[in-house]
Amino acid sequence: MSNTVLAVDQLSKRYRIGLKETRHDTLGGKILDLASKPLSNLRGLRKLTTFSDDDEQDDVIWALKDVSFEVKQGETVGIIGANGAGKSTLLKILSRITQPTSGRATVSGRVSSLLEVGTGFHPDLTGRENVYLNGAILGMGRREIERKFNDIVEFSDVGKFIDTPVKRYSSGMGLRLAFSVAAHLEPEILMVDEVLAVGDIRFQKKCLGKMGEVARQGRTILYVAHNMPAISRLCERAILMNSGRIVQDGPAHEVIATYLNSGLGTSAVREWTSISHAPGGEIARLRAVRVLLEDGEVADSVDIRKAVRIEMEYDVLKSDYVLLPHFYISNDEGVCAFGAQDLDDTWRGRKRPAGRYISTAWIPGNLLAEGMFFVDANMIALDPFIFQYQSRSAVAFMVTDSLEGNSSRGDWTGHMPGVVRPMLKWTTQYEPRAVDDAVVTR
Amino acid sequence: MEPAPSAVLAPLRRPAIIAPGVVRVAPKLAELWYYRELFYYWLWRDVKVRYAQSILGLGWALIQPLVPMLLFTVIFGRVARISSDGIPYGLFCYIALVPWTYFANAVGDASGSLVKEGNILNKIYFPRLILPLTGALGRLVDLAVSVVLLFVLMAWYETPPTPWLAVTPLLMLIAVITAAGFGMWLSALAVQYRDVRYAVPFALQVFMYAAPVVYPTSLIPAKYRHLYAINPLVGVIEGMRACLFPSLPLPVDLIAIGAVSALLILCVGALHFIRKEAVFADVA
Repeated sequence: MSNTVLAVDQLSKRYRIGLKETRHDTLGGKILDLASKPLSNLRGLRKLTTFSDDDEQDDVIWALKDVSFEVKQGETVGIIGANGAGKSTLLKILSRITQPTSGRATVSGRVSSLLEVGTGFHPDLTGRENVYLNGAILGMGRREIERKFNDIVEFSDVGKFIDTPVKRYSSGMGLRLAFSVAAHLEPEILMVDEVLAVGDIRFQKKCLGKMGEVARQGRTILYVAHNMPAISRLCERAILMNSGRIVQDGPAHEVIATYLNSGLGTSAVREWTSISHAPGGEIARLRAVRVLLEDGEVADSVDIRKAVRIEMEYDVLKSDYVLLPHFYISNDEGVCAFGAQDLDDTWRGRKRPAGRYISTAWIPGNLLAEGMFFVDANMIALDPFIFQYQSRSAVAFMVTDSLEGNSSRGDWTGHMPGVVRPMLKWTTQYEPRAVDDAVVTR
Repeated sequence: MEPAPSAVLAPLRRPAIIAPGVVRVAPKLAELWYYRELFYYWLWRDVKVRYAQSILGLGWALIQPLVPMLLFTVIFGRVARISSDGIPYGLFCYIALVPWTYFANAVGDASGSLVKEGNILNKIYFPRLILPLTGALGRLVDLAVSVVLLFVLMAWYETPPTPWLAVTPLLMLIAVITAAGFGMWLSALAVQYRDVRYAVPFALQVFMYAAPVVYPTSLIPAKYRHLYAINPLVGVIEGMRACLFPSLPLPVDLIAIGAVSALLILCVGALHFIRKEAVFADVA
């Protein structure tokens, strides 16, 4: 049972990213621009798909460069790496969504790829209809869907709403139904991309369990995720990628350890040097997110008793909008500890002039539990509500708990559950009383 | 659940090789056959969703040719008094609007299909040909509805059809082939150049006057008629009229030229689509 089902050989993928355009500021220049714009647009759009052979210009990036590995039947392989490492591109090539620029991959067996749940779900169709359609899109035949239909419905808890149009579902219900279809795929090779990062946590666990079942049935799984506990639970092998190349390929726990310690993962500081690549909309662009200690030192690792501050640096491009910078803090299992929004009275509810801003949130000591925390840096404009950006896991930091006895842990040295670990005030009432002899001797 | 082709997707037994390279047509067609169940579901979704939550539903398939017919009858029939080869103008015009409305809607749906489903292109693989072909075929349901009204109108005008009626499905096939060809070509173009989305409705309007919808082909000078018939819709529309009215001879030459032209359009469209298919996900 050790035959190779997936052989990837020197796979590379080149993308062209947009370059900044030259602009004229004079009226004459602007008119000239207007006239020549269609021509330059045409050239730009054509260039998206055409490359000259010695094309090493600065608007070309290699999303994947000379990636080679083999997967044997029944293996469960996790693919990890920071955003932009090439994980998703790899999965897209292997699931034939996009073509490689060079190199080749040989796939033996029926492949199902799951880059999103509910692909093709249509809100106007009923749950039943969507199950059939989505199943067909994922590669199930009609008989296969018919056979599994009851299981799918039961797994999803949608029950009697199965003949209701999906648009009348709550968002959780639609997602559960979509997950159920996906969970009932029985391909020989399953490729999954971070799809489990959505949905409620209880249902996520159910899906992970179902995937584990699939793995035990001798199927091959390729799993891309940020969720390290899930990878270490599901996969015996992991591949670490960075900048389109494989950095390490080996037993999952070793590779995960490398990743978490290497700084290849999300770090405590993230900056966008070029405004054209910065997340954001027309009003605001995110320029940097930093996790710092009180003295301004970068806080990759923080003592649980110490306060940290999270900075969001951003450019406001258009004046006169009321902006609401906010953060979501989640642990490494994706459980959100809390959200926090800017309450600073200076700008709260006020229209802001254009310029550079830094908004800082202070997280007190003795609040978060120990472990990795990921910060989503988000921005919306209020009234009118206009979404600006949501930079998921923009930065991360590690909270460590001391054993010195003056944290919430006290004198206990073992495992403590929970996302938060506040210092609570405890009181004990004591009442001197005779103790029942029978209880003492028993 | 509706009936579907009975074959279950058989697992691919040969190892699949993923590599850049020349695209071949035969494997693409084999693959389309392999995915026929999805094709069917996609078509069914398209039809089912089109008139979802609308009051008139399929009634829109009647209104679409009916309103222009009334309009044209007044403007071109009554006011401009354009010849209609001796057929009542309303009927003359409606016969043309049946294939024309189908063609215009089918090309519109097909050319926008890839852009509309851009997200899916980035999430899952299936033969992309399914999308424009669904666009072109999905409107056949509307066509069927408008044909029913055609028979009602013919009964109203008391004009019994000729035995040539049996040929009309073949004429419709020419219209379908043309729509599919244009649909594949334009949809592949639209993924990269969004201008197509604005150009198509506009071009279709112009194109309608390049087909004998509001006027008869007999108005075209005889020496230009064969050139005129390169537009496949010419043969289709004139053929339809001849099939339903014994007074008109069946324009075999126009139909033949149109059929060849339609097949050429189909081949060029399909080849362009297949050649461009590999980059859809990168530019969508």
